[in-house]
Amino acid sequence: MFRYLARRLLLQAVPVLFVIITLTFFLQRFAPGGPFTREKALPPEIQRNLDAYYHLDDPLWRQYRDYLWDLCPKTFHPLALRNGFDLKAAFGIDLRPSFKYANRTVNEIIAAELPVSLTLGSLALLVALGFGLGAGALAALKHNTWTDRGVSALALTGLCVATFVSGPLLALVFAVHFHWFNASGWYETRDAVLPVLVLGIAYAAPIARLTRGGMIEVLGQDFIRTARAKGASESRVVFRHALRGGLLSVVAWLGPAAAGILTGSFVVETIFQIPGLGRDFVISVTNRDYTLVLGTVVVYGTFIVVCNFLADVLQAWMNPKLTLE
Amino acid sequence: MVWCPSGHFKTHRLQPSEWPDKRATKTVPQSFARERAALAVPAFGCLRFAMFSRAFSVLFTAALLTFTGCGKKDASATFPTPAGTAAAPRPQILRLGNGAEPKGIDPQDISGVTEGKIVMALFEGLLTPDPHDLHPLPGVAEAWEISPDGLTYTFHLRANAKWADGEPVTAQDFVESYRRMLSPKFASEYAYLLYNFVVGAKDYYDGRLADFSKVGFAAPDARTLRVTLLNSTPYLLNIIACHQAWDVVPLKVIERFGPPDSKNGAWTKPGNIVGNGPFILKEWLPKQKITVVRNPLYWDAANVKLDAIEFHAIDDATAEEQAFRTGRLDATDTMPLSKIDTYRRDHADTFRIEPYLGIYFYRCNVTKPPLTDKRVRRALALAIDRESIVKNITKGEQLPAYAVSYPGTAGYTPIARLSGDLAEAKRLLAEAGYPEGKGCPPIELLYNTSEAHKAIAEAIQQMWREKLGVEVRLTNQEWAAYQDTQHTHNYQMMRAGWIADYEDPHVFLEIWSSDNGNNDTLWVNADYDRLLQSALAAKTQDERYGIYQKMDAILVDECPVIPIYYYTHVHAISPKVKGWFPTRLDLHPYKYVWLEP
Amino acid sequence: MSDNQPSRSNSPPGAVAAGLSPWQDAWRRLCRNRLALFGGITLLALVLLCYVLGPLFAPSWREQSLSLGSTPPSAAHWLGTDPLGRDLLARLLYGGRISLLVGFVASFVALVIGVTYGAVAGWRGGRTDTLMMRAADILNALPFTIIVILLLVFLKVPMQHFDAWLTGLPGFGSWQGAGKVLVMFAAIGAVEWLTMARIVRGHVMAIKKMEYIEAARALGYGPGRILFRHVLPNALGPIVVYATLTVPAVMMLEAFLSFLGLGVDAPMSSWGTLIKDGAEHMEECWWLLVFPGGIFSLTLFSLNFFGDGLRDALDVRAAKD
Repeated sequence: MFRYLARRLLLQAVPVLFVIITLTFFLQRFAPGGPFTREKALPPEIQRNLDAYYHLDDPLWRQYRDYLWDLCPKTFHPLALRNGFDLKAAFGIDLRPSFKYANRTVNEIIAAELPVSLTLGSLALLVALGFGLGAGALAALKHNTWTDRGVSALALTGLCVATFVSGPLLALVFAVHFHWFNASGWYETRDAVLPVLVLGIAYAAPIARLTRGGMIEVLGQDFIRTARAKGASESRVVFRHALRGGLLSVVAWLGPAAAGILTGSFVVETIFQIPGLGRDFVISVTNRDYTLVLGTVVVYGTFIVVCNFLADVLQAWMNPKLTLE
Repeated sequence: MVWCPSGHFKTHRLQPSEWPDKRATKTVPQSFARERAALAVPAFGCLRFAMFSRAFSVLFTAALLTFTGCGKKDASATFPTPAGTAAAPRPQILRLGNGAEPKGIDPQDISGVTEGKIVMALFEGLLTPDPHDLHPLPGVAEAWEISPDGLTYTFHLRANAKWADGEPVTAQDFVESYRRMLSPKFASEYAYLLYNFVVGAKDYYDGRLADFSKVGFAAPDARTLRVTLLNSTPYLLNIIACHQAWDVVPLKVIERFGPPDSKNGAWTKPGNIVGNGPFILKEWLPKQKITVVRNPLYWDAANVKLDAIEFHAIDDATAEEQAFRTGRLDATDTMPLSKIDTYRRDHADTFRIEPYLGIYFYRCNVTKPPLTDKRVRRALALAIDRESIVKNITKGEQLPAYAVSYPGTAGYTPIARLSGDLAEAKRLLAEAGYPEGKGCPPIELLYNTSEAHKAIAEAIQQMWREKLGVEVRLTNQEWAAYQDTQHTHNYQMMRAGWIADYEDPHVFLEIWSSDNGNNDTLWVNADYDRLLQSALAAKTQDERYGIYQKMDAILVDECPVIPIYYYTHVHAISPKVKGWFPTRLDLHPYKYVWLEP
Repeated sequence: MSDNQPSRSNSPPGAVAAGLSPWQDAWRRLCRNRLALFGGITLLALVLLCYVLGPLFAPSWREQSLSLGSTPPSAAHWLGTDPLGRDLLARLLYGGRISLLVGFVASFVALVIGVTYGAVAGWRGGRTDTLMMRAADILNALPFTIIVILLLVFLKVPMQHFDAWLTGLPGFGSWQGAGKVLVMFAAIGAVEWLTMARIVRGHVMAIKKMEYIEAARALGYGPGRILFRHVLPNALGPIVVYATLTVPAVMMLEAFLSFLGLGVDAPMSSWGTLIKDGAEHMEECWWLLVFPGGIFSLTLFSLNFFGDGLRDALDVRAAKD
């Protein structure tokens, strides 16, 4: 297990991240426009000086080399992370200043915004898992009854309503009309309620569908009948056998999905004006804020690698037939 | 991109100045009247909220409300007065919606309107704008003289102008600030607002002149600043009063946090920054809000009425409107198109339309057929029903544009006007070889993604198809790609906007000269270029404006651009906000603003 | 769970009684499931409605009446009009052609790539699996927005050539913009298959350890035959479920792509963009959200009921109850 962990994280994660960063670094430079593309065109001499200031006039390979060097971990003081998640103090990772937000470094932006998205995302993930697994299991156990149809219909409704509809709708009803919450912002604890609900519902629906499908499959198998015939209690059948076998799809799906939800949703953070990292995934690209794009990609790539790793471990734990290779 | 929640998009504003708006000068008194009327019957608009015209949406929401348990249909509850109902006198805190998260607040490094509004609270230049019409008033300079040839400006600084740390603001501070502004290494985006006018500044910027003392800025003593110009530039005082490029920055403080030509901005963080404006920075919560509080050392502090201003970073128009409606903002920066009718009808006391010095137009790439032919361009320009667009789509009392210069800019109104009926348009098109549009290749029209741009383009597409038989294909791009397409001239026709940085007709006319980086139409006209040069050398304003009239006439005749409408700034503002006047640059000097208790 | 695996219908046909092929058998069971049948018929009806009836409304989907503006449903406009005074019903049906096409074709692309990729990775295991799944991780982490912007830039000229060629063909005159739609399929297909691959891989890895697979191997069947005749059919359940989840995701993704300029060009509509516009007007013009949202939901419900029925029908064990 530990050898697997070491291999997966060192021998695989590092090259994966390296390829992601390299591809992003070069791909974004081919996108039309740059960080200083303005509606009022800058005089060429000013454009030249700006490029010089940000070393955008260096050959691309040199910019790449310099960026990689700044990115390389150079020290190891993980305890420094407690002090405001300072990657530079902890590992010597310097993600450079943002092109757009002149007085903030990408390190600072991530340190300030990732925790917000993580909070929102993990709460939403809990909501999604609670509702999704519960509804899915219930529907599967009552397969082809009206309970199944009712619960499935509810899950489907969650699937039909995109976040850009449910978000404004909930804000309108519960904030503007009832005044139970603020329509947007991230100042009080209750400000988390609506965004968590919107995001949670959006993720609960696919979880419910996948759980239902997986469990129906497993419940129909002979070993479940055998277990029931042997007089195993229904809850033991469900929790010990059916859920474990039936959640294979959900767990596989959760790898990338969890990475997505934990690093922040663009739509939900925009609707509720949450100072998280999710908005930066899109805005940094439309701003052509090269360093922030790379910063978000580093974060998201790390989450993808870690979440998929966890999902694979979980799959193997749940299904003895799978081994970690 | 994983699952739907992270994939979807809500259009966000990519440029702060996108939906500004205006009416002509006469709006000013009208707005006052409206303000007074609103005071008299503040609740009337609210009462009408649930009336018949809204029956359907009320039904819809009612269904939702019933579904969730307790329907509350009391109109005033759905729409409280933005300032809240508390009886205790409110502290004088002005809460403004201010668009996207600001890029920074270093006056010499910023380029956007959003940032400029914050900087105006924190810094003050030689002059300040008048709250009504933005004409220059004394700022750090209490008096100034202009030499008879118009080339030398002498500013006398007031003795009690102080930095927030108590140091006096000196003439040398200004010279040092301008040196930083002109430093090629620092690469300020607005450096040209200095080097276009001041003797030696361009040479210094380009490195041909190493000695800054040869540049036309001089400080004979601590309280005198002398500026020497290349040409007499009658609108320079407007620029100095309205634009942060001419502000003063605290070099001593900047150097404490790094070299002066660094953009790292460490000196602008709360606790570090030292300004000389009516307010000082108290708190900056990124992507949330910036709070500034009254500066007790400001020379005119006695006349500053607000205790604090909160600039809320809200980059979603719907969220901003809801924040306003639930009483968490005193004024918004924008208004969603979908809400304009509702506000106009039901909340006239908070609905505000202000003039805004800018024009919305279509750019033609004159090297791409059929737009190479000026008759085609003119025909297209004539066949647009601007009144209908303004009335039914943009809805903000924008002025239909039949010329390029904004009417009444610093007293200048273009006489030339796109005129001609549909028959004239058809005749021109036929002359160009496309009778009834037959044989005319389809035109590709590009716009940057936005609901309003799309609606306008769709409407014009239909007008041209039905009236002229000319087919148009619409495409859209996100902001950066769209800008790049424009600057690389890789388009046939595209939507554009031009907003003035300062009030002078020069702003609208200079960009169409053949060597201007913002022309981007590839239209070249030697007469036009010559006229622009002679306007710069003109001795009197009448002479200059006379030349501008000829230039506007050329533009209307040649139509390298198709004017559509002049902007207005449409937004919501609480009737309790006083001293906030409709100015044409959307600038509202905060020291004159106060909140009615 | 290791013992007593039943013989499968996809094992040699002789295993099934009454001589019906497994597909005929599944078809009969599908027809007996009324909800699934209802779903299937509704889907078919929607497709017919959009493709046959939609063009009958042409050109009212783009005909504006600016002074009319947004009006609620009336006798003249059954579903009301949009802010430019265009008939919403016509725009819905016309937009449905695009959305259904994108939803099903792009999902199918994602399905084919994802299933093949996941099956191969899961079946081969070991180093191949590691390489393939890490490659998928890389694709997953690349910023999609940039990829789309680049696709638009680099494929602009080919798209125009394709359009010019297609609109030149007899009967395809109105297919302007088809090039963009094709690129859109590619962009969507390129991201949506990743999760499908992970799901299929997990199931294939579990199934390949089953006794009946060992038996098939022992019979000397080649890996291709075992994979496609024995392994994948047993993973059909999760594949169908996930595929039905992909369709709505794809339709909504199209709304995001049109923000970047890779969608249907205005004034053409799609359900995604209609719903997005409707969401912005939900307070003033409920019909602009309710009807597009309604038809979208109807499609999704039908699709899922049909998918569930299909899953049940293909599940031999359940059929034996």
